Amino acid sequence: MMAEMNPTATLSKKQLLWKNIKKSKHYYILLAPYAILFLTFTIVPVFMSLGISFSYFNLLEPPRFVGLDNYIKLFLEDDVFIIAIKNTLILAVVTGPVSYLLAFVFAWLINELGPKLRSFLTLIFYAPSISGNAFLMWLLIFSGDVHGYANSFLMQYGFIDNPVQWLKDPEYMLMVIIIVQLWLSLGVSFLAFIAGLQSVDKTLYEAGAVDGIRNRWQELWFITLPTMKPQLMFGAVMQITTSLAIAEVSMQLVGFPSIEYAGHTIVTHLIDFGSVRYDLGYASAIATILFLIMMSANLIVRNVLRKVGE
Amino acid sequence: MRIFKRTRKLNRSLGGDIFLFAILLFFGFFSAYPLIMTASNAFKPLDELFLFPPRLLPRNLTLENFRDLSELISNSWVPFSRYFFNTILITALGTIGHVIIASMAAFPLAKYKFPGKTLFFTLVVYSLMFAPQVTATPNYIIISGIGLIDTPAIASSLGLYLMKQFMSQIPDELIESAKIDGASEYRIFFQIVMPLVKPAWLTLIILLFQRLWTTDGGSFIFSEEMKPVSYALRQIAQGTIERAGTIAAVAFIMMIVPVTFFVLSQSKVVETFSHSGMK
Repeated sequence: MMAEMNPTATLSKKQLLWKNIKKSKHYYILLAPYAILFLTFTIVPVFMSLGISFSYFNLLEPPRFVGLDNYIKLFLEDDVFIIAIKNTLILAVVTGPVSYLLAFVFAWLINELGPKLRSFLTLIFYAPSISGNAFLMWLLIFSGDVHGYANSFLMQYGFIDNPVQWLKDPEYMLMVIIIVQLWLSLGVSFLAFIAGLQSVDKTLYEAGAVDGIRNRWQELWFITLPTMKPQLMFGAVMQITTSLAIAEVSMQLVGFPSIEYAGHTIVTHLIDFGSVRYDLGYASAIATILFLIMMSANLIVRNVLRKVGE
Repeated sequence: MRIFKRTRKLNRSLGGDIFLFAILLFFGFFSAYPLIMTASNAFKPLDELFLFPPRLLPRNLTLENFRDLSELISNSWVPFSRYFFNTILITALGTIGHVIIASMAAFPLAKYKFPGKTLFFTLVVYSLMFAPQVTATPNYIIISGIGLIDTPAIASSLGLYLMKQFMSQIPDELIESAKIDGASEYRIFFQIVMPLVKPAWLTLIILLFQRLWTTDGGSFIFSEEMKPVSYALRQIAQGTIERAGTIAAVAFIMMIVPVTFFVLSQSKVVETFSHSGMK
């Protein structure tokens, strides 16, 4: 009896699912255009990249399977890649947390202002991230001759005697990239924090005051931060992803390739092999490693943040 | 005058307020300075451009740089208006496409249960965790096959994510009552849901707009006539300081459009982000 019952049970389960799918027909139709593009350009490429990374592929000839050669070459023979990893980690470890903190601190300070001043300062801080190529102004600021704004300012006040080659001297290149990247970094997460702060229920503060909360810091720690946790999580994801993908600012300011590869990052290395040398197998290996670094950084930070206040 | 509101009775000091305000002022200046200089350089005559220390605001406003730009452009192989046309076309089509397909997908994800929904949305959230550069190489292969640039941007996962979060707060009763009145899913979507999520439209527009507006086409476009403004700007920018005025003129044009758009839509955009939270 039991043996006969089971197949019908699973069958009806399948039928139920099928019925459910048929019933949801309209939802799939609405989802389809996005889903097709998303799968084609975001999910499938991750696996394609993994596959291509085990091959030699230059677009002209069909890919040739080479096993782990690309990875071995990356870690054992490619000194530039090691520099790129080092630079990427330095840039990410500095710009990631600092920009996250700045975004929150500014959002928090701005939140206490009147609505007009608040909108104005939101614009001031957010504008760099949407200003297109305006960051090229930093080329003038950090220009290496005496006319560079930074040089002329520092020389006028006697901090330096000779102009500093900000964009050409490997000693200063990472610092310049960090400054410009921080300038650009109050983006999506900054807006999320502002919105999060505005939507904290005001009665929570009143209740907190009754419960003995005395100052700003206690209020921030015990009420504001826990309430805003979802936005903090979202902001963290945005900042981590951005800070590990720094490339454009480096390429535009210190050049591509930069002198002694002092501004070289994993992404510029990827661009070098993908779009300049057309060694797509090798580029895919770099992309796969970048993917793993980004995912693990995000998942680790996410798990840490989840524990905050628990 | 009190700068900071004291609606809540916490022990705050005037000194503390002044200190915090000084911090905001300092960083505000740091943030605004390059943008102000970009705008101001765009309108400075040549002699003022090379004045050091640089003047924050031009004394004699001039349109010289914009004239130089148009001259430089008309002498170039491809007319500059063509680059602008390409950028505007890419931006307009991409942005409209993104808002429509992301909203369509966000609606069932936010409001209904169906098989595969959780899996799909989880994939979208995970995709926020890696930058588009990761998929650049395979996309290059796919796109060079189709011949479209920046198509991946249309299916940006950030846009879908924000739209879905925003739609989740539409009351179910609204959709239920429309269903009772006999409206189809599509009609509910276009006539009830879409008008309610206007703030999220603006947010999706501004996010994708700035991405497409500054796209240089990467290595996707080979034909000079099809390249966008960013690409041309980069060519002009090679000349560094001698072309400071012309660069500033282009950078100013590139900057003023998205910034103006944000000024006009700021409150709606911030409203959208109040639903951006992640668990």
